[in-house]
Amino acid sequence: MPDLQALYQEEIMDHFRRPRNRGALPSANRWAEGHNPLCGDAVTLALHVEDDVIRAIRFEGCGCAVSQAASSMLTEAVEGCTVAQAHALSEAFDAMLKPGAEPDATALQLGRLAVFSGVAAFPSRVKCARLPWHTLAAALAGSDRTVTTEA
Amino acid sequence: MAGETAAGRTGDVGSPASDDAAESALSLAAIRAQFPLLSRTIHGRPLVYLDNAATTQKPAAVLHAVDAYYRESNANVHRGLHFLSEAASAAYEGAREEVCRFLNARSAAEIVFTRGTTEAVNLVAQSWGRRHLGPGDAVLLSTFEHHSNLVPWQMICEECGAALRVIPLTGEGELDLEAVPRLLDGSVRLVAVAHVSNALGALLPVREVVALAHERNIPVLVDGAQAVPHLQVDVQDLGCDFYAFSGHTVDGPTGIGVLYGRGERLEAMPPWQGGGEMIRSVRFEGSTYAAPPHRFEAGTPNIGGAVGLAAALRFLGGLPHAAMARHEQGLLNQAARRLAAIPGVSLIGGTAPRIGALSFVLDGVHPHDLGTFLDQEGVAIRAGHHCAQPLLHSLGLTATARASVAVYNTAAEITALTEGVERARRFFAG
Repeated sequence: MPDLQALYQEEIMDHFRRPRNRGALPSANRWAEGHNPLCGDAVTLALHVEDDVIRAIRFEGCGCAVSQAASSMLTEAVEGCTVAQAHALSEAFDAMLKPGAEPDATALQLGRLAVFSGVAAFPSRVKCARLPWHTLAAALAGSDRTVTTEA
Repeated sequence: MAGETAAGRTGDVGSPASDDAAESALSLAAIRAQFPLLSRTIHGRPLVYLDNAATTQKPAAVLHAVDAYYRESNANVHRGLHFLSEAASAAYEGAREEVCRFLNARSAAEIVFTRGTTEAVNLVAQSWGRRHLGPGDAVLLSTFEHHSNLVPWQMICEECGAALRVIPLTGEGELDLEAVPRLLDGSVRLVAVAHVSNALGALLPVREVVALAHERNIPVLVDGAQAVPHLQVDVQDLGCDFYAFSGHTVDGPTGIGVLYGRGERLEAMPPWQGGGEMIRSVRFEGSTYAAPPHRFEAGTPNIGGAVGLAAALRFLGGLPHAAMARHEQGLLNQAARRLAAIPGVSLIGGTAPRIGALSFVLDGVHPHDLGTFLDQEGVAIRAGHHCAQPLLHSLGLTATARASVAVYNTAAEITALTEGVERARRFFAG
């Protein structure tokens, strides 16, 4: 039986209640908007990328605890990363949420983001956690199109 | 608040005492025993199924009818001259007669089987719409519509160069009936409106809309998917031209539904899909088509589904309707009262009577988080936009939590819901 406490980890709830890096980024040169049409979750990311490094990132959005906490924690995780490092994190995050994934396999690389491993036991909520990561990929690809989790 | 009762329903059912009385008048335990799935556990907790507007559970009578059809009478209809084909045809056409009686249609020829409400609306949009809509014409909808009574009209309007018009909400969140005469100008060719809102459970003034439209000779289609499970629908009394509903929200199987169409309307409509069953004769030079209802049923139909639907309607028809309505209304009143007492809960909807469903939001807790929380306690509700995005947008919302009842739900289950919501509030408040 999936455990509610495993989904709503203390750290996740903390980021939901007190989001970090929330707001506008006047110096942004990359943007993307993501939404999950089934839930109404919406996330907008604004990045300042220079010399292939994410110098600053902010998010805005509304939605469930999982999508908003994932957005907040994403901003902390990728600020200061190179674009390649951000892509690698994104891949590790996706791998962690695949059915039957071994959380230990990606834990070291993901660091604090490993608190989202409990989401894998709630298939209907996986897309909530992935939404900001899909949005990040779109922003880094330079496409300012809207991405959705219902590809 | 759901103070009023719907047509055909009487009595104040607000007090717990009368809930109990309605439950015993219905022999609720006996009714529940007929729904095998209700006895299962979810995450180690007894199932509390409050997502009946999405689909109801199925009584043994329906499961047996479908099973017996496939075991004993399965064959294709209207084709073979053999015994089984005649048995299957009799079962299928018998199901049509059952639906005809249930809706009080004039004739079984007015009953077209479809895959569900959605396909029924698409049928009218494609067949009637393509013939009657053109540039400068309009179709009038209400703000409450489920996407299935909206997107098919949007598609055909785009194709024909026609426009969609919408009956707005009043400031209190009701259908603005006063705006209807003004909206029904010379360009409106058809009105399509829900009988009961799936997202909010609001009973809409369909009879008044039909009267206003018919004064101007404009036909009306009614989406009855959320009304048929709870109200005694009489299509002649309602006066509408088309009425659509789904089997699976009235205790029947998925994949079967009904389009009622007034005889003269269906007679004047061309086929919308071609194939077997819907033809009179076929030549390479051209074909002629069967009369309604078969004109609109191309291909081998869902015979087992129709048999199951007929069993469901017999089951529902066998329950004492007034007691059932009183019981369901009592459950909704109980839920509304208890939820409203929880800090941060807002009930969504105006003063229209609530039928079958109740929508609400909890401050600071997204409906999906609430849905996941309640699911862990075995309580199944719906969270989201309920396929009525324009309605939620008009109300300034993106999602709500919706609890929807059926005759087999109990006062104890409503308590499980409301206590669960209170626990969720404390959990997410930290």
